[in-house]
Amino acid sequence: MGQVGDMMNKAFWVLAAVTALMFAYAPVAIAGAPYESTMLLVQKIFYFHFSTWMALTAAVVICGTGSAIYLFKGSATADRLAFAAAELTVVFGAFGLVSGSLWARKAWGHWWQWDNRLTMALLLELVFIGYLLVRKYGGPGAEKLSTAMGIFGAATAPFVYKSVDWWRTIHPKTSVMRSLGTTSPEMWRVVWFCTFAFLLLFTLLLVVRVHLEERRAELDRLYLEAEG
Amino acid sequence: MRIIQRGFVIVCSLLLTALPAWAVQTPPPQEGFVPINELPPGEQLPAAPFLIGAYAFFLVLMVGYVWTVARRLNKVEREMKALEQRSSQGSMRR
Repeated sequence: MGQVGDMMNKAFWVLAAVTALMFAYAPVAIAGAPYESTMLLVQKIFYFHFSTWMALTAAVVICGTGSAIYLFKGSATADRLAFAAAELTVVFGAFGLVSGSLWARKAWGHWWQWDNRLTMALLLELVFIGYLLVRKYGGPGAEKLSTAMGIFGAATAPFVYKSVDWWRTIHPKTSVMRSLGTTSPEMWRVVWFCTFAFLLLFTLLLVVRVHLEERRAELDRLYLEAEG
Repeated sequence: MRIIQRGFVIVCSLLLTALPAWAVQTPPPQEGFVPINELPPGEQLPAAPFLIGAYAFFLVLMVGYVWTVARRLNKVEREMKALEQRSSQGSMRR
């Protein structure tokens, strides 16, 4: 067990070093990527904006899956994973909304529009903020209640993704990303480089956050032992 | 003849009252999307502050989040140490 722990610890630090190097190189790659013909410089927000939503998608999927496993099988590990992923959903969602707003101010002339995609993304963020609030202030049984919110949030995510294709919106459609490989291979490479860096960062933060929950559970167990 | 004169006066009056309305009418709005690089320079916003703002916000958010996780982890570790010390002191007394 000690050897496995040491290996995991080493793997974590190697992964952290790789992630740090990727984030150090990301601005160079973004600066070298070609300019988009109509939006020019401000379009370069896209590389982190898209990547953060990819990391958020991973967080939402993990939160939904972990919540469902906890609800039906009662696994405490799955619950800790779901809780950690919910917090990361809020963090990455906050950056996604703020970066999108900054981009919109320049490209559309408005900080915010009550557009289908933007409104649904905001609602998704609010659902996960609700999850964290229920968890913190819900009292006994808050785990089960927040679990239901996690599943509900995960079920909402596909609608947020497809909203630009189903309804009339000012936000670019999903086809823009699908065709980017052929329309601008240089941009496509940089986008996926940044996305990979974000997914690595998300993995690292998830590991640390789950570790925090494990230590909290251990502390609760020690308190119960001391009282008993 | 009188009818023609009256008709002429009515038409002139109508034209004169309609003239100010025509004068204040704004040109029809331009339809469709205008790319931001085609706007007059006075209406364009500089892009750099938004770009720098987005990346700076990301940096602050990540540093802030890692700091809060580290703080919470340290708090738990401190509590565990204090609890272990208390339990070891209790067992020594016994």
